Amino acid sequence: MLKLPIYLDHNSTTPMDPRVLEVMLPYFVENFGNAASRNHSFGWQAEEAVDYAREQIAQLIGADPKEIIITSGATEGDNLGIKGVFEMYATKGNHIITCTTEHKAVLDTCKHLEKLGAEVTYLEVQPDGLIDLKQLEAAMRPTTILVAIMYANNEIGVIQPVKEISAIAKKHGALFFTDAVQAVGKIPVDVNTDGIDIMAFTAHKMYGPKGVGALYVRRKNPRVKVTAQMDGGGHERGMRSGTLNVPGIVGFGKAAEVARLDMAADTERISKLRDKLENALKQIDETYVNGNPAHRLPHVSNISFKYVEGEGLMMGFNKDIALSSGSACTSASLEPSYVLKALGLGDDLAHSSLRFGLGRNTTEEQIDFTIKAVTDTVLKLREMSPLWEMFKDGVDIDAIQWAHH
Amino acid sequence: MAYSDKVIDHYSNPKNVGTLDKASKSVGTGLVGAPECGDVMRLQIEVDQATGLITDAKFKTFGCGSAIASSSLATEWLKGKTIDEAVKIDNMDLVEELNLPPVKIHCSVLAEDAIKAAINDFRSKNGLEELVFEQSHV
Repeated sequence: MLKLPIYLDHNSTTPMDPRVLEVMLPYFVENFGNAASRNHSFGWQAEEAVDYAREQIAQLIGADPKEIIITSGATEGDNLGIKGVFEMYATKGNHIITCTTEHKAVLDTCKHLEKLGAEVTYLEVQPDGLIDLKQLEAAMRPTTILVAIMYANNEIGVIQPVKEISAIAKKHGALFFTDAVQAVGKIPVDVNTDGIDIMAFTAHKMYGPKGVGALYVRRKNPRVKVTAQMDGGGHERGMRSGTLNVPGIVGFGKAAEVARLDMAADTERISKLRDKLENALKQIDETYVNGNPAHRLPHVSNISFKYVEGEGLMMGFNKDIALSSGSACTSASLEPSYVLKALGLGDDLAHSSLRFGLGRNTTEEQIDFTIKAVTDTVLKLREMSPLWEMFKDGVDIDAIQWAHH
Repeated sequence: MAYSDKVIDHYSNPKNVGTLDKASKSVGTGLVGAPECGDVMRLQIEVDQATGLITDAKFKTFGCGSAIASSSLATEWLKGKTIDEAVKIDNMDLVEELNLPPVKIHCSVLAEDAIKAAINDFRSKNGLEELVFEQSHV
């Protein structure tokens, strides 16, 4: 029996794996110690659990456990990584390079730093969502201290050429930071082969608990330091103070281990389902897949259904299927997704997009149901759409003088 | 955001979806909104020229559920009204009837604008002066 509603919004968050919950439970009531309590067994037990988890997390990304700085999540990691470098390397320069499709946690952090004297270059992306390496190269300056480019995009799933980007940064003596929230645990990420100096990621996007994440900070070749953004007890090698969230960290560790061991099998199964979904929906006329299809996360598909509006479209099935739209009809600004607009999509296509985010628990039955529900709703709404009628009648919609309100 | 039952009902079973002959002298067409803003409404009325009574109304809308519901409800209200009565339909009446939240008030404004545009289109086709309206509540 198909159980409704179906969850297809795994880029927003993932359900916690029961294996993760199981290992966390003893650390709430019984083993409640503070990992920083160095002089009694409660503290030792907590510290041991954290050390083990730190190893599990490090192993997933090919790092040393000492390079893992525990945070509250990726927003904190983005802030600490970028602001921390800006402060720590202030004598070296003040120029940061990022791109327009980054998460707000990166973009708004950069905007904040501009007020404090940073110079920031926001690289445009190409229509397929990837940055242009030549533009990156051209943007490098002697004062460039950091290149901050995401590993994979949260809305369209495109994977940036991280190795090439890090090589360019290194050549010019800049550090490379990446927000890898969507990539870690989903595709192989290795900080050494990828040339990553600093990387933010989080547990809840990989079937772990919410409220815990990590910042990878390289210790060798080069040794990187970030200035702490919170003052306190000097935890996490002085880079992030605050009592450690022991059960969360234990869960994060387990989630990282499961992700590492199951990744190949999960990817194979999920990408087949994603391709089935995408190929079926592409059969509908005037449907466009957003983002480079070859360099893309295996579980994401972002599709624009021209002449129907995304939120209206979701209403047709949102009691049964949970997903996201690039339309921002609910926001006061009425602005659609800035990521889709950065690809050069017209506002109409951006308003018409849906993001499908499949996950570990997605089944073929759920995908079949989704294909039918989305197809039926698109066809129904097009019958109701004046734009579809104009398109069918050969009217040039772009030539109409629309009254903007 | 949860939708009101009335919005869901109009979205699931929209009333008066369709197209009237826009070349006909007895039909007034209002096309408002913009694709870039995420909503476009086309509302049409058919008027009995002898009595001034709206005998039919149709819509097609590109937009969210609230925009579809606002236009569907508007067409229901228009049928059987005279042009003079139709002019008085206020967007806040739609908001109230559909329980639209503040972020969706613009959908009702659009429906009111569509009604007025349809009426003016009918008037200008029939040699009448176009009415000048004040700004609706936003």
